[in-house]
This record gives sequence, C-alpha cells and structure tokens, in this order.
Amino acid sequence: MIEVVNLCKSFGDNQVLKNITTTIEKGEKVVVIGPSGSGKSTFLRCLNCMEDPTSGQIIFGGVDIADPKVDINIHRQKMGMVFQHFNLFANKTVIENIMMAPIYVGKKKLSAQRKNNFLKKLHLKKGEIETGAASLAEVKKQAYDKAMELLRRIGLEEKADAYPSSLSGGQKQRVAIVRSLAMDPDVILFDEPTSALDPEMVGEVLELMKEVANQGMTMVVVTHEMGFAREVGTRIMFMDDGQFVEEGTPEEFFAHPKSPRAVEFLSKVL
Amino acid sequence: MNGFSDKVEKFLDILINKGGYKEVITGLQNTVIIAVMGLLIGIVIGTLIATVRVLPKYKKIVRVLDGFCSFYVGLFRGTPMVVQLLVFYYVMLPIIGVKMSSVLVAITVFGLNSGAYISEIMRSGILSVDPGQMEGGRAVGMSYSATMMKIVIPQAVKNILPTLGNEFITLIKETSVVSFVGAKDLYLAFQSIGSGTYEYMVPYLAMALIYIAVVCIITLGIKIMERRLRKSDRGR
Repeated sequence: MIEVVNLCKSFGDNQVLKNITTTIEKGEKVVVIGPSGSGKSTFLRCLNCMEDPTSGQIIFGGVDIADPKVDINIHRQKMGMVFQHFNLFANKTVIENIMMAPIYVGKKKLSAQRKNNFLKKLHLKKGEIETGAASLAEVKKQAYDKAMELLRRIGLEEKADAYPSSLSGGQKQRVAIVRSLAMDPDVILFDEPTSALDPEMVGEVLELMKEVANQGMTMVVVTHEMGFAREVGTRIMFMDDGQFVEEGTPEEFFAHPKSPRAVEFLSKVL
Repeated sequence: MNGFSDKVEKFLDILINKGGYKEVITGLQNTVIIAVMGLLIGIVIGTLIATVRVLPKYKKIVRVLDGFCSFYVGLFRGTPMVVQLLVFYYVMLPIIGVKMSSVLVAITVFGLNSGAYISEIMRSGILSVDPGQMEGGRAVGMSYSATMMKIVIPQAVKNILPTLGNEFITLIKETSVVSFVGAKDLYLAFQSIGSGTYEYMVPYLAMALIYIAVVCIITLGIKIMERRLRKSDRGR
C-alpha cells in the first residue's frame, strides 16, 4: 500500500529522519511509538507529503508521491489524516466540514466530464469520465447523505449544524475522523489523535478508532496510548533518533523488547 | 447669534430654493461611489497581493512576484493620495493617451491605493489564522488555492473586519481630495455653495455633519456584519 524508500528529512541542519525504508501493507494497523523528538510525527507527515521529504520516495498507489511533479491532492484524497489539534474548519459547521472535500472532488469531476464531453462533440477525444453523479445538486445530496450517515454512526447527528467551537475535544476529534472517512480513503494517518484531549475524552476517540480498525481500514498511528497500541496494532514500530530501531508484533515488542533503547522507553511509559 | 441664523437662512435658501441640494446629492453620491468602488477594488488587489506574500518562497516565480508586490506596496504607501491622483491624471493618462472621467480616475487611484494598505491588513489576517486550518484542507486533498479561498481567507476577513472598516472610513474622508482632478465630491459641492455668497461658515459646518453622519452609518454597518460573522466563534 505505502512503500517508503530511503526517506530522509532535514529541517535546516537538523536531520530528523535518517534513511527510513519500510512498507505498510493493506489492512495493517501500524503503531509508531518512541520518545518525543524522535521524528514520529515528521515520519507520519512525510507519508502524505505534509512535510516534503528532503530525499527518498513514498510510493502510494504505484506512484512516487514525493515527486514534486505529481499532483499530490489526488493522492491525499485517498489518504486521510487526523491531527492532534483536530484542524476542523472553524468557519464551517460540522456537516459542512464533512461534506467539504467530497463536494470539492465531485465538482472537479463534473467539470472534467463537461470538458471531456465538449471535446468529444468536436471529435477531439473519445471515452467517458465517470462521475457517479449527474449534477452538482446530486453531488451535494450524496455528500450530505453520507455525512449524515457518518454523524449518526458517531451519535452526533444533532450537532450537524453546530460550529466546531461548540463541540468538546472528543467530539471534535470524532468529527475529524469521520471527515477523513467521508472520502473513503485507503489509509488513514493518525498524528497523536488523543494527545490534546482531556483524559475523560480519550476513551471515546480510541473507541471510534478501534471500530474503524475493525472494519479493515489500513491505519498508521503515532500515539502514546500503549493500551491502544497493544490491543489494536498489528505492528509496532519503535522510533528513536530518526530511525526505526525495532519493530514487531505488539506481543513480541511489549513482552520482549530487544534493543536497549526500547527497553528503557518501555520502562518509563508502562 | 443673529448673524448666525441669517447665515443659516441664506444657506438653506441656496440649498433648497436655488437647487443647491442637487449638487450636494451628486457630491454625496460621488463620494460614496468612489470610496465603495475603491474599497472593493482594494480588497481584490489586496487579497491577491497578500496571498502572494504568504506563499512559501521555494519557486523563483513566487520570489519575483513577491518582489513586485512589495515594490507596489512601497510605492503606494510612500506617496500621498493627492500626488497619486495628480500623477495618474496629469502624467499617466496623457502618456498612454486615454481619456477617463475624473470620477473614474478617482476610483482607479483609490482602488490601487487602498489595495496597498489592504494587502498588509489582509496579510496579517491570513497569518492570524491557525496554520492547522490550511493543513486540514490540504490533508483532505483540497488544493492550496481552494483551501485559501474557502477556509483561510473567510476566517482572516473575520479577524480583520474592524481594521477593514477603518480603511473604509479613511477612504470616505480622503475623497475630499478628488476635486484636485475635477471630480465633484461632497467638498466641491459645499465649496461651490459657499462661493456663491462668499459665506463659508454654514456650508462647511453642514459638510462636516454629513461626513460624520456617513461615518456613523458605516460604523453601525460594520458592527452588524461583525456580529453576524462572529456566530461561528463560541457556542452555537
């Protein structure tokens, strides 16, 4: 699904990621853990080119998306991301937040189709562009229905027309998660999704993440929640000083960490 | 005070019976048109410049554009509006050989001028929006420009609305210099009423009152707009 080849990232003179190569398979729930400042978040943010890699390749859907010539937006539509600080659109209501990207993509497809049909009339082009909707109204209707269904799933349908500022942290993060689900992504990247939450709200977010995991979503999660890592993760990757020092199944890793740095880290957090 | 009421009577006579009100209405119209159009053009130019100036400067084309924009802002902030009007009307137009009505000239110069100021206001507005908003938009696959237009700029505008209102008020008041290029504004209307009788006291007092009234109306309008835009802030 995602292939990372010789990924390096530097901020000025500071090399944060040092030649990382790894593969994330479909259906995997990869949990990235490690001490703060080890480069976990930077690694995650390089996966969808939120940070442009300094060198190396990120191969997603057969394309090297680290290449600046690639239209990254199309690939990001299949790669959801959930942030520590939610990053819900503050000027949009909850339902608008969820509908935003699907409508944006639907509109683009419609105009591409219109252009294609026009060229076809002039016999300049053959073939069809599938849009799945005949008009903008239909695109909006589909986006709305999907958004409402997602909101019902997390029990927040009565908040559809509220603004994010009126939600609790846990509600915001759950909306952010379904916002990325609305695009039917192939993989979702979670960047410390529970770190900014009040303790009593961590549970509801982890619960939703588990549910998403159980439905077979490929996930890459940077987190400090060791319980979640153990329960949901299929592979733990331990990062230190810009490199993956150790990786393995949760059973292996938590019971018998091999590297001294992992042993030290676990002794502090468990 | 006898003299004063005489003067008021004289003024009212010219204003009402001798058709002075027509001039005042035309003047008020022109003042408002120049300021409003200038503001609108300024918002468009200012937003474009601000967007260029906050772009990440990796590409050479961006750096060139950025250099041009800062030259533009420096030029229009560094000279008085009157000078810009005069140069545009008496230097630029003859050189390129175009004829324009003086109101149109005033609108153009006011637009260009306020564009320079609004670009800085808008830039601070854009920088005041949490960078996470841009990331949120990019992460769901929207382009930089789409996220800018739909997410960042609306929030920036909300933050800078009071300052933008300030700019509008400044523009309204600055229209009093457009008579330099022959545009009939509020000042010229009262000046010509006064010059009919060589009696300026009451006309200029009336002019001041009208300016204050217009500014009060604008202030009220901004307050209402602010309250509407604030609805996404806390609560509901």
